[in-house]
Formats: sequence, structure tokens, C-alpha cells
Amino acid sequence: MGLINKHGVFERHSLILTIGILITVSIGGIIQMAPLFYMDNTIEKVEGMRPYTPLEVAGRNIYLREGCYVCHSQMVRPLRDEVERYGHYSLAAESMYDHPFQWGSKRTGPDLARVGGKYSDEWHVDHLIDPRALVPESIMPPYAFLAEKSLDYRNIEDDLKALRAVGVPYTDEMIENASNDLQAQADPDIYFDEQDALVARYTEASGREGTVQIRDFDRDPDRITEMDALVAYLQMTGTLVDFSTYEAEDLMNAR
Amino acid sequence: MSTSILKKGARDSSTGMVAAFLCVFAVLAILIAGNAADRLMGVHALLFFSAIALWLIGIGLWAGKLGDRDPFDETRYEDTLVKFGVAASMFWGIAGLLVGVIIACQLTWPNIFYLDQLGWTNFGRLRPLHTSAVIFAFGGNVLLATSFHVVQRTTRARLFGGMWPWFVFWGYQLFIVIAATGYLMGITQSKEYAEPEWYADLWLTIVWVAYLIIFLGTLWKRKEPHIYVANWFYLSFIVTIAMLHIVNNLSLPVSLGSSKSYQLFSGVQDALTQWWYGHNAVGFFLTTGFLAIMYYFIPKRVDRPVYSYRLSIVHFWSLIFIYIWAGPHHLHYTALPQWAQTLGMTFSIMLWMPSWGGMINGVMTLSGAWDKLRTDPVVRMMVVSLAFYGMSTFEGPLMSVRAVNSLSHYTEWGIGHVHSGALGWVGFISFGALYCLTQWLWKRKSLYSMALVEWHFWLATIGIVFYIVSMWFAGIMEGLMWRAYNDFGFLEYSFVETVEAKHISYIIRMVGGLLYLSGAGIMCYNLIRTARGDARINQPADAKPVSQPPAAAELQPAE
Repeated sequence: MGLINKHGVFERHSLILTIGILITVSIGGIIQMAPLFYMDNTIEKVEGMRPYTPLEVAGRNIYLREGCYVCHSQMVRPLRDEVERYGHYSLAAESMYDHPFQWGSKRTGPDLARVGGKYSDEWHVDHLIDPRALVPESIMPPYAFLAEKSLDYRNIEDDLKALRAVGVPYTDEMIENASNDLQAQADPDIYFDEQDALVARYTEASGREGTVQIRDFDRDPDRITEMDALVAYLQMTGTLVDFSTYEAEDLMNAR
Repeated sequence: MSTSILKKGARDSSTGMVAAFLCVFAVLAILIAGNAADRLMGVHALLFFSAIALWLIGIGLWAGKLGDRDPFDETRYEDTLVKFGVAASMFWGIAGLLVGVIIACQLTWPNIFYLDQLGWTNFGRLRPLHTSAVIFAFGGNVLLATSFHVVQRTTRARLFGGMWPWFVFWGYQLFIVIAATGYLMGITQSKEYAEPEWYADLWLTIVWVAYLIIFLGTLWKRKEPHIYVANWFYLSFIVTIAMLHIVNNLSLPVSLGSSKSYQLFSGVQDALTQWWYGHNAVGFFLTTGFLAIMYYFIPKRVDRPVYSYRLSIVHFWSLIFIYIWAGPHHLHYTALPQWAQTLGMTFSIMLWMPSWGGMINGVMTLSGAWDKLRTDPVVRMMVVSLAFYGMSTFEGPLMSVRAVNSLSHYTEWGIGHVHSGALGWVGFISFGALYCLTQWLWKRKSLYSMALVEWHFWLATIGIVFYIVSMWFAGIMEGLMWRAYNDFGFLEYSFVETVEAKHISYIIRMVGGLLYLSGAGIMCYNLIRTARGDARINQPADAKPVSQPPAAAELQPAE
């Protein structure tokens, strides 16, 4: 075989071998990945997606820190049983502000893409503190320490700035008021004006009423804890997109 | 300190260069510690600084004791470094497997193994510790040690760069420590198998570039006209991992004093990038790297040439070309566009053939020496590793078919699949290489005890069977339960019922892991006794050596 005999070139010149390897392993990645960045229909056009509020960002960062993704997916597949169990299948648009994505690869616990609004805040708090108190067969670790730990949000403005730099459309106003917005969302008794401002800002970004939930999520009025942030994030997941206006059959949404 | 080293090492500038390089990083670490935006970054910067300080003191003490000895004598191989690599591999192997058994216990007996007050021991933090410890700490050290050994022997040249290979070795250990302590403290990017944060990633990039230069530099110095096949595989592993690591870890730190960063990509693009990385960490870290081990250690141990030179060429290029496309099979039925899913599935199925090419080339190398399967348990271990490789590279394409994947994805089947590859293929070929290296580098006639190798082999094999069978069972069962409907057209099971149903499987899996861990423990004992030069009384003094230490590169591309 002639071709095989020419292989000696690679075996005698390490640089040619290196370059040959580099070219060979680059092709597949370029062909698969590059189109996703410029093809318009990679991400569906939907109504309701907005950047996460500062409290939700802080909660999401706790979700990341604790490694929730190793047991919980956030990706409902378009299969009959999954749609019945978890809700509408996940859209690409729903994770467009997720840096990084949290689709997961394993369901040791159930999918969380649409856990928002399914349970009460009290259920989440009690369940996170002692999962087996509510679900005796559960094998989830206890997260009681979240309720005891005050949320550190000194740098929340920098977080939003970094997120804007990687493409999340936060406005200057959102960034300037990040700290206030965070407090206003978790502490409804004090910040009346800030609450209205927070709701206005994120409702405008969303284009849809009712996506900002303001409560004392952990029922601890004295302070904002990590539990507040995590539950605020969980209660938001999967609730942003307005599915009443989403047309799954539209050709632009086919992929 | 660096000036005294420079005087001592006047003959060789690499020691001074490494020391100066480290000083730069010591200063950087101090600057970051002073400007830390969060407590965790402060802890890590100080840890990093202390490690570098210790490292510099170590270099100073070492240089002081040198006298007139040339530490980088070009007429000798750098074997001491490989010995360190063998020791590090054993250490991290035991650590990683132990964490694996602990987290298996957590899933089995949550009331006992979760500690309410110690949140950092929760499953979410320990699982990345387990995966990184076994893949990057154990596997990575095996690859470092064997590649440094193999490239020297097959080029008949000493490692390039004097002190720099030592920089790579210790720099890599430092990366492991930073990554592992980070996971426990909650510093993570939350991308599977790419959890370390931005500064650990940057440090690894520097170490890795040095690794590539050393490897290429040694090839340039070679006294053999041809580059041996094992080195093609090592080279593809080093080059591709560099590419994957850099692209998948593109992220923006919140500030230079912050331990937190945000990924450059988001959602669907980030997902594909992640699994392009994730699947090829399997392809180029756990496959081509360990195939390189196979291509050197099996021919050497059985004293036969590689079965087919042509097959090695064909399967090498097709393997590295096709592997890179397979990532999207981790994203079937997700929001990833379907054309990408279909491409991923197609190439995953095609991947079956080049994978088996490697298996066939390895197993058939035993032609004419099949008796060694009976007489030498180390050979048996390496051949069984190829059998597991063949099995999991058949199972992989099967699971990448969309219809199968709709059942298997998100279930324990995936966990079983990776462990048949990890414990069976990666583990066994590594153990084989470690047995060989210990015997050869410490110049022993035989291992301390062949009977203990037999024990290791059987404990580990039974452990793997327990593990993968229980996970197949659990995975397929829960996959079927999730989609089961009752007579009224409602979902038959709540989610937690499917969790409860896996309890027995989890117990069996834990026992399997424990068996595998005890096998590795026996290996460590055996290797330490071998290195010390102990010989079992029941071995006759004039026993025929089980395997000769290899002379300088006598292997040529076969045929």
C-alpha cells in the first residue's frame, strides 16, 4: 500500500507529526461547534427570558458551589414521560444566560429545570435542612448549614459586571443597584421603593409580568442567608419563558 | 536563594531558570493574597505561596548536596523522576479509590455517611474530588511517569530540559492539591471533569506547555530514526488535551483577586463545548494516553513485536480523527440542534472500529507467547484490560444510539459504563505498567510476590464485575421505571420510588468498589516491598526472571 509507505514522513519528523495530529483533531470540533455561534435558529425566539436578579445569581452560585449538577439535571427531554413528570421540555433559550450551563448528565435526584413554583418555600427550606424528614427514602445530603450562613454579597456588583462582559444584557442601572436589589428581593418588610424599582427593571427586561418573586424565602427575617438565595433561584427555574406564546410547531423553532 | 542555586548549577542553567520562574509565581501569589476579594482566594494564594516556598527550599537543599555530581548527566536516563511518578500514582490511586468508596457509602446509607455539621463532606463536593483524583491525579501521574519512561527508552535519549521535567512533575502535583482543596472549600466551575477554577487552569496550562516542550525536545534529541508508535499516542494525548483544556476553560474571573469566574460561553454553546471536552478527556486522556502505555508495556513484557504496524497506523489516525466528533452523544434529546446530535451519534458508532483496532493490535501481540497469560499475572492484567477496553468501546457506541440513549441517559447505566472503562481498562493497564516499572527501575529480578499479584488481579476483577453488573441492573431498571405507565395512563412510579429500588444495587456496587480498593492496596504493599528489594522466601533464588528489564530501545516499529 503506497499511502502506508509514505507514513514514514510522520515517523521521522516530530513537528510534522505534531501538526498532523493538531489538524486531524481540530476538524470535528470546528465543524460541530462553530455553526452554533452564528446560526440564528440555534436558540429559539421566546418571550419572558431575562437576566437573573442579583439574589438569583447569588443562589445559582450556591447551586454551583455545592455541586448540585452532579445529581440533578436541568434539561427536560421531549419524551412523553418526562414532559408529564417535569413539565414542558427545555428550550435552548432557557439556558441562554447560564454561564456555565447546568444541564447535568445524571439524575440521582429528579430534574430541576422546572422545579420553580412546584413546592412551597417552606418545603424547600425544610427539605434542604433535612431531606429525609420530608422524603424518608431520599439519599440527598443535608444542607442545614445554608440556613445558618449569612449570604456574602459584597461583590455582587462585580458578579453582574463579569456576567455582562460575557454577554448577559444587564443594564447600567441593574449593576449600580445590584446590592439594593438583592436585599429588596429577600426582605419585603423594609425596602418598599427598592422593591418596585427591582420589579420594574427586571419586568422590563423580561417583557412579562410576574417573573420577579419577592419574599423572605427562608422565613428568617433577621438576615439574608444562603438559604434565601438558593430557594429564590430554585423558585425561579423554568418559570421565565411564556409558553402560552411559544409555538413549538413553528418552523423557526424546529431543530 | 536563587543566586546560590545559580552558582551551584553553573553547569546547567535549567535549575536556575526553574527557580527564577517559581520566584515569579511566589510574588504573584503574594500579590493575589494581599488583594484577595474573598476568603477562599486568600487561603488558596497562601497555600500556593507556601508550596512554592517549600519547593524553592527543596531545590536549594538538593543543589547544596550536589557537590561535583552532574544531576542531568546526558549519558544516563532520568529514572529517578519516573520512580517519583510511580510513587505518586500509587498514592493518588489509593486516595481517589477511597473517596469513591466513601461516596458510594453515602448514596447507600445517607443517614450514616452524611455529617450534618460538615457540609464540605457532602456528595456534591466529594464526587468531583473522586473523579478528578482518579482521572487526573492517578491517571495523570501514570501518564507522566510512563511517558517520561517510554520516550527515553524509545529514543535512546535522556529527557530534555534538565530540571524542567521535575518542574512538570511537581507543578502537576501542586495543581492537584489546589484543585482538590478547592473542591472541598467549594471553589468549582461546575463543569464536569473541568471543575478547577481559572487560576488552577492557568497554572495547569503552563505546566502542560512545559510538558509538551519536554516531550518534543526529547524526540528532537532522539538517536533512533523513527518515532515509535507509543510516542504518537502520547503526543496526540498531550497536544489534544492542551487544546481541549484551553477552549473549555475560557472564562472571565470576577476580578484578579476572586476565586470565582464566569464561563465565556453559555447554555447550548457551553453544553457542546463541555461535552466536546468531556468526551475527549475520555478519548485523549483515558484512551490514547493509555493506548501508548499498551503499545510499550505489552510488547516489552511479553517480549514480542507489536502485532501489526499497518493496523497501528490506520487505527491511530482514524481514532483521533473520529473521537473528536463524538461529544454530542452526551446531549441526545436536549436543546442541542438535532443535526449536531446526529453527527455525534454517527461518529460514535464509527468509533467502534478504530477502538477495536487498538484492542486487536494489543491482544494479538501475544502471538507466540500466549502461555504468559497463565504464567505471568501482570501480562494477564494488561490483556484483561484490553478485553474491558473492547467491551466498553462496544457499549459506548451502543449507548450513543439515540433510542438506547433515551433509556440509558441520566441513569446508573452511564456510571457502570464509565467504570468498566475506568476500572477495567485504565486501571488494569496502569497497574500492569506500575508493576513493570517498579520491577525494572529498581532493577529487581522479579516482583516481591507473584501470588499477591494474583490476589490483586482476582479481587479487582470480581470487584469490577460486582460494580458494572449492579449498575447495569440499577440503570436499566430505573430507566424503565421512569417511563412506566399504569393501566389508567398515569406514570406508575414517583421519582423517589426509583431511588429506593436501587438500594440493593448500591450495596453491591459499594462492595465491588471496596474489593477493587483492597486489590490496589495489595499492589501498593507489593510494589513497596519490591522497591525495597525484598524477595519472598518461597521463590527459589535461581528462579527464572519473570520479565527482563528492557535494554535501551530495542523496539522498532514492528513488521
